[in-house]
Amino acid sequence: MTDSAIRIRDLVYRWPRQPRPCLDIPALEVVAGERVFLHGPSGSGKSTLLGLLGGVAVPERGAIELLGRDLAGLGGRARDAFRADHTGFVFQQFNLLPWLSALDNARLPCTFSARRKQRAGDAAVEAARLLTHLDLAPELWRQPAAELSVGQQQRVAAARALIGRPEILIADEPTSALDAPRQQAFIDLLLAESAAAGATLLFVSHDARLAAHFDRVIALAEINRAGMADAS
Amino acid sequence: MKAVLLLALKSAWARRLTLGITLVAIALAAALLLAVERVRHDARASFAQSIAGVDLVVGARTGSVQLMLYAVFHSGAATNNIRWDSYAAIASHPAVAWAVPLSLGDSHRGFPVLGTTPAYFDHVRYADGRPLAFAAGRAFAGDIDGVFETVVGSEVARELGYRVGDRVVVTHGMAELGPEHADKPFAVVGVLAPTGTPADRTVHVSLEAIAAIHLDWAGGAPLPGLRIPAAQARKFDLAPREITAALVGLKNRADVFRLQRHINAYRGEPLLAALPGVALDELWQTLAMVEKTLFALSVLVVLVGLAGLTATMLAGLDQRRRELAILRALGAGPREIFLMLIAEGLLVTALGVLAGCGLLAAGILGFAPLVQAQYGIHLAWRAPSGNEIALLASILATGLAASLVPGWRAWRMSLADGLTPRN
Repeated sequence: MTDSAIRIRDLVYRWPRQPRPCLDIPALEVVAGERVFLHGPSGSGKSTLLGLLGGVAVPERGAIELLGRDLAGLGGRARDAFRADHTGFVFQQFNLLPWLSALDNARLPCTFSARRKQRAGDAAVEAARLLTHLDLAPELWRQPAAELSVGQQQRVAAARALIGRPEILIADEPTSALDAPRQQAFIDLLLAESAAAGATLLFVSHDARLAAHFDRVIALAEINRAGMADAS
Repeated sequence: MKAVLLLALKSAWARRLTLGITLVAIALAAALLLAVERVRHDARASFAQSIAGVDLVVGARTGSVQLMLYAVFHSGAATNNIRWDSYAAIASHPAVAWAVPLSLGDSHRGFPVLGTTPAYFDHVRYADGRPLAFAAGRAFAGDIDGVFETVVGSEVARELGYRVGDRVVVTHGMAELGPEHADKPFAVVGVLAPTGTPADRTVHVSLEAIAAIHLDWAGGAPLPGLRIPAAQARKFDLAPREITAALVGLKNRADVFRLQRHINAYRGEPLLAALPGVALDELWQTLAMVEKTLFALSVLVVLVGLAGLTATMLAGLDQRRRELAILRALGAGPREIFLMLIAEGLLVTALGVLAGCGLLAAGILGFAPLVQAQYGIHLAWRAPSGNEIALLASILATGLAASLVPGWRAWRMSLADGLTPRN
């Protein structure tokens, strides 16, 4: 049987002081280990959805289950802890704390989550392993993140998302700051690493051309009734 | 939590320039506040310890504060002298245990010259009642052979490099470059040990010496055509006719008010007997308004410094939105973000307060001799008093309050931004 990593039912979210909801998703399910490309133009509520999946926002109605746990039923601190334990994030750019070294950035989740620290074993060794695996030259590891190129920074961010093997990886336009040849390389890297870690990957982008190698492609506009109402 | 605080520390270090400038402002403000408090306290302490054991100060009728200032602290000048026979009458009063005459008006290279009797060294006490002690030598003789002998205070000896056997020329009046009694030099026969009182900065001679150096003077200048060499001077009548003031000790302190009334009602000439403690209280009461104003100003300066901290941290927050969003994505809650900001503000305040203490110490070391010379206030470095620790703690508490604003804003920001900052 297949467990669901992400399951959304009857989700409605409205920004404060907005008359209409920006998200109204009757159902969305991502199976554990699945690698999903979520496509949506900018302004379609992608960031809001990610905020809900991360547990930094709570829906007005409906349920968001991650790994069988309904986030809406958890308190704020429990949601923060759940995010730290089970979810790795890669954002568009400026993912890293500029004043920390690449290595320290990569091991950062282990300072916030005892579970990921325990799963990583020796955090420094594991961070080094991931950085090597992601092809970041060892002489860059001790450099402040601010001194790395954008491509290097994104690979450090990927290592950070992967350390301690969280069950869910969420990537929000992680390639948009990269030039075209590097985009596909980075996506392949993420796909391979999430497969190797057995993680569920939710890759969000406005650029449908990147969707080629994913298990499944979902268009946010098709599952979000609020978006359709907007369009009409 | 420890990890979050460590991150706060690293983040603050990355912004060390702006935070450092804020820290310097807080340090200066804290040093100023402490200095005002310290000078206020030490001024009282060093004035109070200069009058230990003296029950009454007697001089010509004037204000008791003014009498204290010129007679004991050698600050300002007497309006009038008192006659020797008035002094003799007081000294022989049955309630009086001892009396020491004081004659002021001349100086030596900026240090006041005090004419007195050898009894001065026996009766004057300082601090908690300790007698004056000689670092070297002895008291001047007080007889005709000792006329041109002098005992210098520790500061005088240190600053001018005097040792027993050196020669000293007295200047007429208090101006450093006034006319000199060059024909009658004095020999240093004693150097006093440091006391932290005006005695350190005083050149002590006998009353007869004061008379001797003025034999051939009138109206503040040498009499033309009249020269009385030092050797000849001993043959003149050197008995003092006038003195500036007198210190009086009683057999029984309970008699102090009775004797004070007696002296104030003295028929021979208008006299004033002042109780040193009461006169000092009067002085502090006069100065209380100034002290309060200074204190209020330095409190304001501290508030300005801490407002600078708030402003710096608030301005920094806008540039740190992304940093905060990253920390949120990693699992930090708004509570941790808030605590990071508070920790940063407290750290900068605490380091500022520490640096302020350092500045104060450096300032005291640097300026203590000058303050001692100019105002007779003995400043010494010592561990902060309870009062000062309370002041430091209230700076820290205010620093905490100043950090609440950026902390609260970061809290709000991290809730509103979530994982994706809006700039």
